[in-house]
This record gives sequence, C-alpha cells and structure tokens, in this order.
Amino acid sequence: MTTTTTAERHRPDPRAAAVRAGLARGLIEVRQSLTAPGDLIWYFFFPLAFAVVLVFMRGSTVPGTDFALGAMVLPSIVGMSIAFGGLVGAASTLAVEREDGTLLRAKATPNGMLGYLVGKIVNYTLTTLFSLVILVIPAWTVRHDLVMDARSWLVLLGIFVLGMIATVPIGTALGSLMTSSSQTGLLLLGSMLLIAPSGIFYPITALPVWLQWVGQAFPFYWLGLGARSALLPDSLAVVEIGESWRTGEMVAVLGLWAVAGLVLAPILLRRMARRESGSSVAERREKWLTRGM
Amino acid sequence: MRYGTHDVLTGVSFSANRGEVLALLGPNGAGKTTTIEILEGFRMRSAGEVQVLGRDPAHGDEAWRARIGVVLQSWRDHVRWRVRELLAYLGRFYTPFSTPDQPRPWDVDELLEVVGLTAHANQKIKSLSGGQRRRLDVAIGIVGRPELVFLDEPTAGFDPHARREFHELIHRLADFESSTIVLTTHDLAEAERVADRILVLADGAIIADGSAEELARQMATPAEVRWVQAGERHLHAVTTGDATEFVRRLLATDGGEVTELEVKGASLEDTYLALVNRIESGQQAPGHQAPGRDGVPAGGEGARS
Repeated sequence: MTTTTTAERHRPDPRAAAVRAGLARGLIEVRQSLTAPGDLIWYFFFPLAFAVVLVFMRGSTVPGTDFALGAMVLPSIVGMSIAFGGLVGAASTLAVEREDGTLLRAKATPNGMLGYLVGKIVNYTLTTLFSLVILVIPAWTVRHDLVMDARSWLVLLGIFVLGMIATVPIGTALGSLMTSSSQTGLLLLGSMLLIAPSGIFYPITALPVWLQWVGQAFPFYWLGLGARSALLPDSLAVVEIGESWRTGEMVAVLGLWAVAGLVLAPILLRRMARRESGSSVAERREKWLTRGM
Repeated sequence: MRYGTHDVLTGVSFSANRGEVLALLGPNGAGKTTTIEILEGFRMRSAGEVQVLGRDPAHGDEAWRARIGVVLQSWRDHVRWRVRELLAYLGRFYTPFSTPDQPRPWDVDELLEVVGLTAHANQKIKSLSGGQRRRLDVAIGIVGRPELVFLDEPTAGFDPHARREFHELIHRLADFESSTIVLTTHDLAEAERVADRILVLADGAIIADGSAEELARQMATPAEVRWVQAGERHLHAVTTGDATEFVRRLLATDGGEVTELEVKGASLEDTYLALVNRIESGQQAPGHQAPGRDGVPAGGEGARS
C-alpha cells in the first residue's frame, strides 16, 4: 500500500479501532437481545425455575440443618446461570452465526474477527448479568437466610469473572466444532442433564460417589459451590464434599477449564474461520432449507 | 486448483486492470466460484500463481483486506440489525485504513443513497425484500471504498427490474469510484451489459477472453440460412463467411421458386450456448489455454489489478 509517512503517523491503530467497534457491537446486540421475546424467555428461565422450586421446597430444610433448602438453591442457580450463559450461550451463537453467514462477514472485514469476538464477550457478560439481576425477584423471599455483606458481593463478582473466563472460551471452542446449528440442542440437553449431578437443587453429598465425580468434572458444580460460599453462612459448608467450600480447589478446576478453553478456542476458531467461504455458507443454506425449518 | 485427484481449475490465466469490469461467465460447475474464492483469499489453491493488488491472497493481511470488497451471497445474517446500524458498524473497521486519496469508509448516508436504501435506513434487515437485501449486501461490500470488488452471482434470483437497477449500480461503481469489479454470472446477457471484458470459463479453463464483440469474433460459429423453396421451409447452418457461397449455390439450383431467404449471423448467445453444450458433451473446447495477458504467464492462475 502506498501511503505517505505522515498519513501513517496520524492513522489510528486498526486493532484498537476493531476493539472499539466490537464494544459497540456488543452493546447493540445486548439491546437487540433484551427487546427480543425469544431471548427474554431464555433470561427468565432460571428465575422462573427458581420460583417454582421455592414453591415446592416450602418447609424443606437442608438435611442435618434447619436451613431452608430454597435458600441453598438460590446461590446454586446463580452459579448455574453463569455456566449456562457462558458455555451454552457462546457455543450456540457461534454455531448459528457461522451457519447464517455472520462469521464470513466478519472474515471479509479487516480485523472483523477481533471485533466480532470482543462484541461477543460484551454480549455474554451483560446478558448473563441481566439474567442474574432478574434472580433478585424470587430471591427476595429468601433474603433473610442469605449472607449479604461486602465479602459476599466481592466473592460473587470474582465467581462471575472467573466463571465467564472458564466457560466462554470453552463454549466458543465447542461452537467451532459444531457443523450445524441443530447440534446446539444436544449441548443444551447435555448441560441440563449435568444439573442433576452438580448439586444445584440438592446437596451433592446425597448422590452416589461416582456421580459426585461426574459433577465435579464440570464447571457447573464448582460455580454453584462458589456462589454458595459467597451467599450462605459458613455453617452450611457441612453438607458439601469435605465439609468445606473448597475455594482453592474451585479456583484450580475453573482455572483448568479456563486454560483449556483459552488454548483450544483460538486454534479451533481459526481452523473454522479458515474454512469459511461463500460456497461453504451456501452449502449450509441448502442443507438448512432442505431440513424444512 | 485440485480437489482430490480432479483438477478443478486447469487453465485460468487473466489479469484485470484498474477500473475495469470483468465478468467470469460460465455454466454451473465451471469453476467460477472456486476462482473468485481463491482471489478473495477465502480458499487455498493447490498450484499456480495469483496476485491481487500486488499480494498473494493466501497471505493477504488486514491492510490488504481493507482494500478489497467482497459482496457475499446473502443469507440471514445480522437480521436483527438495522440497515444504517450495520453499515456504520462495519465502516468503523476501515477508518484506520483511510488515505488522502482513498478516504475510508464511505459516508453511510451517501452510501445508502447510492444503493437506494435511504428510505429503509432504520428498518430491521429481516424486514427487507430480496432486492433490498441484495442492495444492502452490495453496500456492505463497498462500505470500505474498496479498490477491487468481488461479486459472486450478484443477481441470482432477481426479477428483471431489480437486475436492471443492479447493473446501473455496477456502472456507477466502476465509473465514479474507479473500482475494479470482478463478478461471476452464468447469464450471458448480464455479462454483455455490465462487463468491459468477459472471460468464458468452462470445465476449469478459460476458453475465451475479450469484450462481447471480440468474443463473438473469437468463437467462430455457424451462421444460419433459412429459406422457403417451393412452399417448403428449410434451415441450414453454415460456418460464418461461407454463407454467401451457400446462398449463391442455393439460388443457382433449380429446386423451385425461393420465396423467402434469410441469412443470420449467430448471436453471442447462440455461440455461448453451443460452446456450453460442446463442453458438457465432453469435447475439447477450442483454444483450451487462453493466452496470457499483460505479462501474466499462461497456465497458472493469475489475476492482477
């Protein structure tokens, strides 16, 4: 490219411009999402599920204590929402937007992929936060059982940030592996099944040991545990494995997921993006149309 | 370019000059999309030499990408976005690549005017009609004021009116923006109308290269002689140039009164269709290897702008 050096000097950095464009993209998408009925149903899912659970758990207590079971479930759902927003959200948008040609547009734009990714991070972060805020409504009924001081908010913030780093990259990696957007249904189903051994609605120690191990392999359990450690009194740790909040182990396991995701995501994303072309998008369009959706 | 053991592109050599509108014309499966995707840098080639704006597209960086516009076949991306919102967003990526003689990106309002979407600026993309959506795709492709624009089957699925409007848009781009335009089409009439130069691609090779008139001359094909003799209708196809001799002999014979006589040179369309037929029935096309132009060696895949 032939340009004068003066023009070169006055030029803003292309990558910085892409990051700024990405931030704008994230905000635009959040606005679109919060005004789309389909998306709102998704954001209200966990708060509604929690409200239903509260109704059924009236009078039940955490085994061995006189603590309301419903109050234990709230922080678990906070952890669950973070994992779902990051993992399933990232994977499914990526699979869908690859199929509909959004990614190819990003690829055809200078530094477009960078802007796209920044936009997604802003998008997942804000929409997941939004679904957490809605949780406040049903949570109001159990507020007296929860610990809410400066420490709990700080720990919650830490869990949120760590949770996003542990789930968004791995979700992106999974999304890059999918060959069709219909596969996101399987991921959603799998994640739903993982709720059972993750100690969300009932203490994990009530499960057979092998199921406890399954639960402990995934971020769902650890994010729930972390949120419980933030919002529940310390005496409630007795129903957890090892009768402890195991904060060190939590950071370690989530950290492992984060590292795995951060290593795999760029590799898989780059591999996938390299294969995108007009004809590959056209091919998927054909498939999509013949699927008769 | 090779898939497995099958060479998809075997003899594709051409170059495009600044401000030129170049049409890659050919039947389905001729290799048009493969060629254009290699030029866009979206597809890796197995052999050959390619230069686009002075760079190998396989190793084009973001600054190179900023000088190129790709008009993708539309699908259903960004359906929740509003027209102006999306153009403004995509334009931001080009700002750092602005130069004094090539300011980037295009002013959104001006661009909307050019593609005729001003009235729809604040509409959601999913509410656009097919033709409007296509014009938006073009707007997206040129929002960075590219020096070179690629369009793959830009008018597929258009009604005649939308097609006409689109052709005017292409002319405007080439004339006022002096962008080089490379488009693919399987419609000869379209290639004739918009392109300065037509490359006919068949079975992975360029078999003809030139303006519409040059093409008609290059691809020597029969003229038709129709006549009515003694109340009977006849038709005879002859090689161009031999028609006079044929008519002379016809009139010299004593087969009855000739009441109607017509000699008609084959149109480019006839020529093209005959050529496509010949390719599809497996015969070797004439001049399988087009001569290299402007110093690009024949036999490789070459494109220069």
